[in-house]
Amino acid sequence: MTPEPDLELVHRAKAGELAAFEQLVNRHERQVYSLAFRLLQNQHDAEDITQQTFLNALEHLNRFREESSFATWVSRIATYGALKVIRKRRGLEWVSLEAATEPADDRHAMPHPEFIADWRQSPEELVNRNETRRLIEAALGQLEEKSRLVFLLRDVEGLSVRETAQALGISEVNVKVRLLRARLQLREQLTQAFGDPTRRLAPHQHESMDHE
Amino acid sequence: MKCDDLLALLNDYVDGDVAPALCAELEHHLAGCNPCQVVVDNIRQTITLYKAGEPYPLPLEFRNRLHAALHERWQHAPTGDSAPTRASTEPPPDS
Repeated sequence: MTPEPDLELVHRAKAGELAAFEQLVNRHERQVYSLAFRLLQNQHDAEDITQQTFLNALEHLNRFREESSFATWVSRIATYGALKVIRKRRGLEWVSLEAATEPADDRHAMPHPEFIADWRQSPEELVNRNETRRLIEAALGQLEEKSRLVFLLRDVEGLSVRETAQALGISEVNVKVRLLRARLQLREQLTQAFGDPTRRLAPHQHESMDHE
Repeated sequence: MKCDDLLALLNDYVDGDVAPALCAELEHHLAGCNPCQVVVDNIRQTITLYKAGEPYPLPLEFRNRLHAALHERWQHAPTGDSAPTRASTEPPPDS
């Protein structure tokens, strides 16, 4: 039997069937919780946001216009909820930190690829093993907070550069700089762990920093 | 084009946002520069990896609490539209 599509469950839930809504929750709770955990890096806050997200979705279900998937809709609710928590945590610090790191010439500090090698396993194999999964999440946790948020919103959730900038209250230039930094940093760490050392390549030598 | 020029355009290239002429130039560089090609592959795999993962299972105790809360809310406000709106908890539109 093929599982009932999300949209049909949404219709039944809108018609007043809690069991249908619960099925939707069962399907998407792990996705929402994982997203919240990755954004907030904290179990307690991730639980709060997950619960708020589904209560919110239940309460406002009739406003879900079905222009996106249910999965996308609840992800957005979770994201905005999590960002609110992060802003509250940071308070005014958010603003001052922004001012301090805004210059776009951050590029000078951009990490250059050091460990360059093909990976020994495919991404599909890597996400399915506990050992490697832990490593992948640890690498994410080591990113500077705003780089992590940019990476999650842009690359994992698929928001545009503009949407990411608006959601985080930073400039589009800053989104791009932080995204590149996050991608390079994650690549470096993951390649050190998953790269095949026997196939390691030396980076090309260039005098990149000298010409300015 | 040098490796550093590629690095500067890496985001746009991975996202498919590079103008065709420049893109051809980039690909010409990649064809002759194995390290850069591997870096691009690594970055694509990195993104795939995080997109594919739902790494955190719900703690069982929390899962029970969540479903209990849903039942509770359902009893007090069984239909979506009739609930009073609160700007601070309003979900974003899905368009």
